[in-house]
Amino acid sequence: MSGSNRVSRRDFIKVTTGAIGGVIAAGVGIPSVGYLLAPALREDKAGKPVLVANLANIPVGIPYPFSFTVTKVNGWERTASVFGGFIVRKSESPQDLLILSSRCTHLSCRVNWNEEAKGFVCPCHDAMFDIEGKVSYGPPPEPLGHFEYEVDAEGNVIIIPIEKKGE
Amino acid sequence: MQSTWWKKIFAWLDERLGLNELYKNVLDRPEPLGTWWNTLGSASLFLFLLQGATGIFLTVYYTPSPDHAYDSIQYIMNDVAFGWLIRGIHHWGASLMVLVVFIHMLRTFVTASYKYPRELTWLVGVGLLLLTIGMGFTGYLLPWHQMAYWATTVGTQIAGSVPFLGDFILKSLRGGPDLSALTLQRFFAAHIWILPAMLAALIGVHLYLIIKHGESHFPDKED
Repeated sequence: MSGSNRVSRRDFIKVTTGAIGGVIAAGVGIPSVGYLLAPALREDKAGKPVLVANLANIPVGIPYPFSFTVTKVNGWERTASVFGGFIVRKSESPQDLLILSSRCTHLSCRVNWNEEAKGFVCPCHDAMFDIEGKVSYGPPPEPLGHFEYEVDAEGNVIIIPIEKKGE
Repeated sequence: MQSTWWKKIFAWLDERLGLNELYKNVLDRPEPLGTWWNTLGSASLFLFLLQGATGIFLTVYYTPSPDHAYDSIQYIMNDVAFGWLIRGIHHWGASLMVLVVFIHMLRTFVTASYKYPRELTWLVGVGLLLLTIGMGFTGYLLPWHQMAYWATTVGTQIAGSVPFLGDFILKSLRGGPDLSALTLQRFFAAHIWILPAMLAALIGVHLYLIIKHGESHFPDKED
């Protein structure tokens, strides 16, 4: 030990035991922590783009209804939820769209386009939104939500299925 | 020599808890025979602790309901990091524990270590063997696949063949006349709470007796 470069038998045993113990601790510890945290470390699949319509079918100026299904996988459980909305073509330009959610901002009923009233009417509490999603009358506290979108070369409308707050 | 801070902490604790004394009595006991056959009890204890640890980990995901039991195990095996490892250890450790406990009992029998003053150690050991088999029986149903379902159907029917009391025993095990959600739930309760608690208590008694009596003398030509 002191004054000698030679490793004593006792020190050698100490270091070796410590090293092997460390390897074993890591061998037990890493799988344990990985096992417990596995669900938290999964990639969040929400927000995967969804193709909802093709521009060829959508008239200008009349909201075009669409719906899509999002399947959430939590552990061994799959939950499929149907969401809906309206594509509003403001002009012939393929990029000039407004994609609104059909979920009423009051209590989440589904709004429908009413051609005579020129507005989205909510069947639950007599509310109406205009073609831009702004509240015309009724209890909703804020405008309809909207989706971000992309239109590809073939005119396919692809949305990010996460509702954004309306402006 | 100036003692380091951790030595001071240890001395403080030792003075109050008697750690050195505990170490001497529990881990530093004389083992004059030094035969490998005498390590089977420690091996059984280790396997019990291993089954306990992996079992606790499995309950993080396992769900004891007919609707979810099978799917939750598929999830452990395929989607949870190292789930296959932890379930694999629990699965194989279970068989190994029954085996090791049984060989431990055989050794005790062959070396006549169950005789005075160790009769109670033997009797408690019989209880431990039965509880270990009970753990195997209840754990076997939990995956809720065909093999588990039918093995438990047959197993509970065998218990039901006891004269007079058979029907009552069968219904008590199954929680009714049929194998159902109630059976799965009560087997789960037995497997993770009731039997382990009894095992732990009896292991405590078993260990106390072993420490009290020490290693037995093995019979030689003169015995």
